[in-house]
Amino acid sequence: MTTETIKTGESGSARKLFGGGNLRQFGILFSLIAIILLFQYLTNGLTLSSGNLINLVSQYSYILILAIGMVIVIIAGHIDLSVGSVAAFVGIVVATSMKDWNLPWPLAILFGLFVGMLIGAWQGWWVAFVGVPAFIVTLAGMLIFRGGNQLIGNANTVPVPPGFTTIGSGYLPEVGPYTGYNNLTLLLGLIIVIAVIWREIRARRVQRIMGSTPSPLWVSVVKVVLLDAVVIYATFLFAGGRTGTSFPVSGIILGVLVLVYSFITRNTIFGRHVYAVGGNKLAAELSGVKSRRINFLVMMNMSILAALAGMIFVARSVASGPQDGLSWELDAIAAVFIGGAAVSGGIGTVTGSIIGGLVMAVLNNGLQLLGVGSDRVQIIKGLVLLIAVGVDVWNKKQGRPSILGFMTRNRKTTPAPDEPPMVVPDSGTPDTARPPASMPS
Amino acid sequence: MTTNILEMRSITKTFPGVKALQDVSLAVKRGHIHAICGENGAGKSTLMKVLSGVYPHGTYDGEIVFENETVAFKSINDSEASGVVIIHQELALSPFLSIAENIFLGNEQQNNGWIDWNKTNMEAAKLLARVGLKDNPITKIRDIGVGKQQLVEIAKALSKEVKLLILDEPTAALNDEDSAHLLDLMKHLKGQGVTSIMISHKLNEIKAIADEVTIIRDGKLIETLDMHTDDISEERIIKGMVGRDLGSRYPDHTPNIGEELLRVEDWNVYHPLDHQRRVVKDANITVRAGEIVGIAGLMGAGRTELAMSVFGHSYGHNISGTVYKNGVKINTSTVANAIEHGLAYATEDRKRYGLNLIEDIKRNISTVGMHKIAKRGWVDSNQEIVVAEGYRKSMNIKAPTVEALAGKLSGGNQQKVVLSKWMFSDPDVLILDEPTRGIDVGAKYEIYGIINRLADAGKGVIVISSELPELIGICDRIYTIFEGRITADVARGQTTAEFLMQNMTQERDKDKR
Repeated sequence: MTTETIKTGESGSARKLFGGGNLRQFGILFSLIAIILLFQYLTNGLTLSSGNLINLVSQYSYILILAIGMVIVIIAGHIDLSVGSVAAFVGIVVATSMKDWNLPWPLAILFGLFVGMLIGAWQGWWVAFVGVPAFIVTLAGMLIFRGGNQLIGNANTVPVPPGFTTIGSGYLPEVGPYTGYNNLTLLLGLIIVIAVIWREIRARRVQRIMGSTPSPLWVSVVKVVLLDAVVIYATFLFAGGRTGTSFPVSGIILGVLVLVYSFITRNTIFGRHVYAVGGNKLAAELSGVKSRRINFLVMMNMSILAALAGMIFVARSVASGPQDGLSWELDAIAAVFIGGAAVSGGIGTVTGSIIGGLVMAVLNNGLQLLGVGSDRVQIIKGLVLLIAVGVDVWNKKQGRPSILGFMTRNRKTTPAPDEPPMVVPDSGTPDTARPPASMPS
Repeated sequence: MTTNILEMRSITKTFPGVKALQDVSLAVKRGHIHAICGENGAGKSTLMKVLSGVYPHGTYDGEIVFENETVAFKSINDSEASGVVIIHQELALSPFLSIAENIFLGNEQQNNGWIDWNKTNMEAAKLLARVGLKDNPITKIRDIGVGKQQLVEIAKALSKEVKLLILDEPTAALNDEDSAHLLDLMKHLKGQGVTSIMISHKLNEIKAIADEVTIIRDGKLIETLDMHTDDISEERIIKGMVGRDLGSRYPDHTPNIGEELLRVEDWNVYHPLDHQRRVVKDANITVRAGEIVGIAGLMGAGRTELAMSVFGHSYGHNISGTVYKNGVKINTSTVANAIEHGLAYATEDRKRYGLNLIEDIKRNISTVGMHKIAKRGWVDSNQEIVVAEGYRKSMNIKAPTVEALAGKLSGGNQQKVVLSKWMFSDPDVLILDEPTRGIDVGAKYEIYGIINRLADAGKGVIVISSELPELIGICDRIYTIFEGRITADVARGQTTAEFLMQNMTQERDKDKR
């Protein structure tokens, strides 16, 4: 969830309830809840069972990790088609390094991240400094690193040692007295519950200090109660699974990355520059933004995250194979666009992409639980992507943010200002009426 | 006795939360040229979009009577079928198709489904003759200038048997010669019985050809003036547009000029693609603290090239010369360096080079000076809002909050955002490239005030403009530039528009040798 701490303008209190963010994201969040409830009903409660939830997290965490990197790439105005191949390549390199060189697994993980960084630097160099479109560079990378995977592994699978598998199939261990639940998971839940409360208190304090009117107290209370109720419910589900299972380690890695990258994209100069370059590269450059550096880092970051995703997948499946990471790029890209990013760059959020990824994951999982074949699952996923973005585009044309956002906005927002604000949608005279900027030819 | 060809009655058009037009009633007489003017965002374009069916019948309130019949245009096709043709300020021509193909686009001259090329080209030639264009109809659009493209648009309108021609800022992109030709053509068409509505900012053009002028302000129709019966002055029209008397179009300002801040010496720049061509030739300019310096030059004279090459070598190839700041030689070879040395460059093309249109006001303002609201790379977004809010108030940016998207603002407010962005970086020298282009009269006055405030704060301001009265009105000193060479350097009060124009169009005698 986003931490929009202070709003100077009036925005719907329904939005404030969920910590601000754009209406589009708000709509997607409601779609996610609707889909979860729908499958919960259709599968007779199987969707929100401990076992399924734990499985869902460990099964989709690597796609969501890719989505984090992908949304940054897409905000910057690029695309990365190579992530699946890079993941597979790093997977086999790491597996081989442990098998043939007897590299200890913690070092192997660092080695894998390093390889990811090198690959990212290679692709970033082509994109940022040579100026080849990322689509082409990563299309080439898709072929190169897929081939590299099969070359190194001789198109065979390479097993990985038990310690390494922790990051993919490990769970929070059992410690402390027997409570019937996994104690560490309960502790984790408690920390999140407190963090939610603390964040809200801090946000209200900042609002007071800044002299802006905080949202009414009931909004804060309802928001905290609702969020914490969800967290507590989820905590008991994760903690109360089959003995030996609990919240997956890969889920913790994902959670940390989401927090870190939300913060980076929103609150760091680097993050802001990514949006600036994606929104208008020329204007950003004339404002002193080093766009080549930004593009390089964005592409490099993606490959590092792809390396991590690849290793988690290998750890989960206990071996690295030639078909690993096939069409992951498409899942990650779909998650990002469902999550509200713009194809032309400059718009998108990490949180939105995670929600978009969860929509796909829950859909996939729910359909599998219902016994729908993978043929139909693919068709349904394709349609969902198309409809989600289609609705968005259509709503933009109507001047409305999104169907769900629109409905909730009408129900509980401040009334439209009486006086027309000076922002007229099509105020005259675009400068494009002028001849091109004085570049004599 | 003239009759009305068009009556728009009590038109009201609302966008979510915004009343763009309020109870506007407009009557246009048959065979007249009717001008509509008003500030940007006043609702002129919206009114024309209502008339031409871009906003279909039913999305607005009110009634449109055309040729004595109530009409309900559902689309542009409907209005064109009735003889109402709108030519938008952004020309809608396909650059890789020929003139003839463009004229008959969507209205192809066909023969059983096959395009009849002979007929297409012959009919096109006839239409081109009517608009006074001698080019071959098979010429590609991208090979003719923007002035001729405008004429092709009109020829296209004529091909649709236009009764009411709507031109949205037809001369905004044209040079003086092309503008004059276009205005002549409009008079000529008037003689042939075509009624025209012309939206324009250029009051001299309105005075020259319009029969009536309607003034719109804040979505309301203020008045319709008859250009023949009353002696309507430009000041009279401006008063209607801004709702107040502009005692002077330029605010009073007493300069307080100090030491030299910036000196550019022997500046030479070559064209980025044509490496043989020198676009800036041995230019020398200086700016002192508190001084407003103008650079007057025609488009393509090298003014923007000079400014952008100084500002971080953002333009050009093989740049040579020296930049001194406070007497010390500085390196401005990257934008980051230039900014660090206290330079700022506000572009002439806000939308392309100045703003991130899909981002909100506050993030646009913080782009350059972000380090000032950040600690070790972490941006304080609360501080950002405080800063942006401060500029929204002090610069009078008309937007409900600083979270409004830059792309939704009118030209004047966008320019204020650009200026805020650079002011927040706290530069010593600001180069403002056409700071009032595409901005309405009221906002221009505000921009001039801001420029004066900057100078009073001890900054050096360079204003590049092709509007000579503006330069004479606000600058303490003016350079003229012609073909990349500085041709004159004159102080305020010692120059006239004629003198400047002379130096902008020819080199001084001593340079000619």
